[in-house]
Amino acid sequence: MASVEFRNVTKKFGDVVAVNNVNFKARDREFLILVGPSGCGKSTTLRMVAGLEEVTEGEIYIGEELVNDLPPKDRDIAMVFQNYALYPHMNVYENMSFALRLRKFSKEEIDARVQEAASLLEIENLLDRKPKELSGGQRQRVAVGRAIVRKPKVFLFDEPLSNLDAKLRTQMRTELSKLHEKLRTTIIYVTHDQAEAMSMGDRIVVMRDGVIQQIDTPQKLYDHPINEFVAGFIGSPSMNFMDCTIVEENGIYADAGIFKVKIPEEFDLSKYIGKDVTFGIRPEDLHDREFIKDAKPENTFTAKVEVREPMGSDVFLYLEKDGKEILARVSAATKAEEGKEIEIAIDANKIHLFDKTTKKTII
Amino acid sequence: MKKQEVICYIAMVIISLFVLVPIILITIGTFTPRLELYKWPRGLIPSRFTSDSFISFAQSYGVMNGLKNSITVAVLTVIFSLLIGIPAGYSLSRFKFKGKSLFTVGVLTTRMFPIAILAVPLVKIYMGLGIYDSILGVAFIHTIFAFPFAILISHSIFASVPREFEEVAMVLGCSRLGAFRRTTLPLVAPGIAAIAIFAFIISWNEVFAATLLTLHNRTLPALIVARLEATTLDFLFASAFFMLVPCLVFIFIIRKRLLRMWGIILR
Repeated sequence: MASVEFRNVTKKFGDVVAVNNVNFKARDREFLILVGPSGCGKSTTLRMVAGLEEVTEGEIYIGEELVNDLPPKDRDIAMVFQNYALYPHMNVYENMSFALRLRKFSKEEIDARVQEAASLLEIENLLDRKPKELSGGQRQRVAVGRAIVRKPKVFLFDEPLSNLDAKLRTQMRTELSKLHEKLRTTIIYVTHDQAEAMSMGDRIVVMRDGVIQQIDTPQKLYDHPINEFVAGFIGSPSMNFMDCTIVEENGIYADAGIFKVKIPEEFDLSKYIGKDVTFGIRPEDLHDREFIKDAKPENTFTAKVEVREPMGSDVFLYLEKDGKEILARVSAATKAEEGKEIEIAIDANKIHLFDKTTKKTII
Repeated sequence: MKKQEVICYIAMVIISLFVLVPIILITIGTFTPRLELYKWPRGLIPSRFTSDSFISFAQSYGVMNGLKNSITVAVLTVIFSLLIGIPAGYSLSRFKFKGKSLFTVGVLTTRMFPIAILAVPLVKIYMGLGIYDSILGVAFIHTIFAFPFAILISHSIFASVPREFEEVAMVLGCSRLGAFRRTTLPLVAPGIAAIAIFAFIISWNEVFAATLLTLHNRTLPALIVARLEATTLDFLFASAFFMLVPCLVFIFIIRKRLLRMWGIILR
């Protein structure tokens, strides 16, 4: 068990800065997720923890120990790769016991640990098979098993579920979360899938272009994104953005042209009056007016339903008004029909405003 | 059968005959009694089979020495080619570096210059270096012929082994070298054996440079070529047969492996 800490870490490949002055700490026993679009430096960050990439500047600590110059084998970590990297010339048992055999564990100890991991992962019956005889999900389990027999200080996962089909991926998500409950080992987990990040992580590190945007719990990231990028990246379907102007007329309003929303009074926007900002609202914070009895008229607007996508629990409405496209996620009871107008109520307490130049969150 | 298949089979038969008929004729000729070779008209199948020609070829002056030279040169060529080819192929498949594609093209361009146009300078350089008419000298020039293949083939073999294999091993407790030895090496070993055989054959078959760069220490093919003018039919058949057999044996051994390697390169 150990924490992992990055202090002012920068990684350059030639002139390209892959990871730029990163600071974060994965606490002992924490399930920390690194998430971001591809090329944001999250995998490089993980590989620096493993020692597979050298650190250009800054310091990495595992526990209390500075590991910058420690080779991977001495870091007491285990890593699971996206393509599993199971050795084709070894069977499952040999794959799983690889690290233990390297460390010259006794035969009994190896056997006990492999059996324990195999039963935890429910792969006891596969031990004498070769990797090519396994399904994707089974290979995934063996790769995880090979990592856990080590009983390392830290687990590193590099997009481990990306090669699985959607259903198996959701199932493995839950299993990995459960596994973390049982093992209570620090996990650093890289993914580009924000849904995976949201559902598994204790905390999430959002990265973009090598820079950490925000580190927070999933709910806080969702409710209080620090900037426009995080707001757009976290949440599916993604937040609606549109240009608006802050105006004052008996209170302060965000005027997006197609509607005017009253800004709740607790926010002081006096210095933005007359300025253009970016307005953001999540699809689920737009409601069918019909079900919101006390909707204030200023917080409603009508738009044409372009496409109606029933999802079972709710309905996605792709709306259009004056050339602007808006996605609303409304109750399945809606009577909205394609090609017809619908009245939409905006939940004014859930609106987001972002500065046009800094892209930072205003409210 | 479809029309295409028929055409395919006919083509296969023609190509096979093209390759096999000379091999069969050489084999028969080798084991035909010497005097029967000069009879006219002569049947395809001799009155009896004898290994007289073969034995007299093997015992004739210089052949055993040439064989020894050939084998020594070929083994040295294999060693040199692997020493250059494996590290180079590994680096090409694992590391990014400046001038990588230039290097790959450069390796191929070494095969662009026909040895004939280099003949005179080569002899002069060899004399200057004091390696003219030496086994080592011939091994060097054969290595020049073989190493581009060694690099390109080992590149493709290493590229087919994911680098994560080594990375996992390093994370799980191996040094960089240990990771290579425990994971990649066992997977590429058959491919490397194929490269070795390939280099061996290139050296075994090479005549021109070996003729050019030696006088007394000739390899077997160089020796045979030098004697072509003034020799008897039985000697010719026996020598052709003798040169042929190792190649055939090796081709049969690496046939499957070779197909797979070409497959990787083509992809």
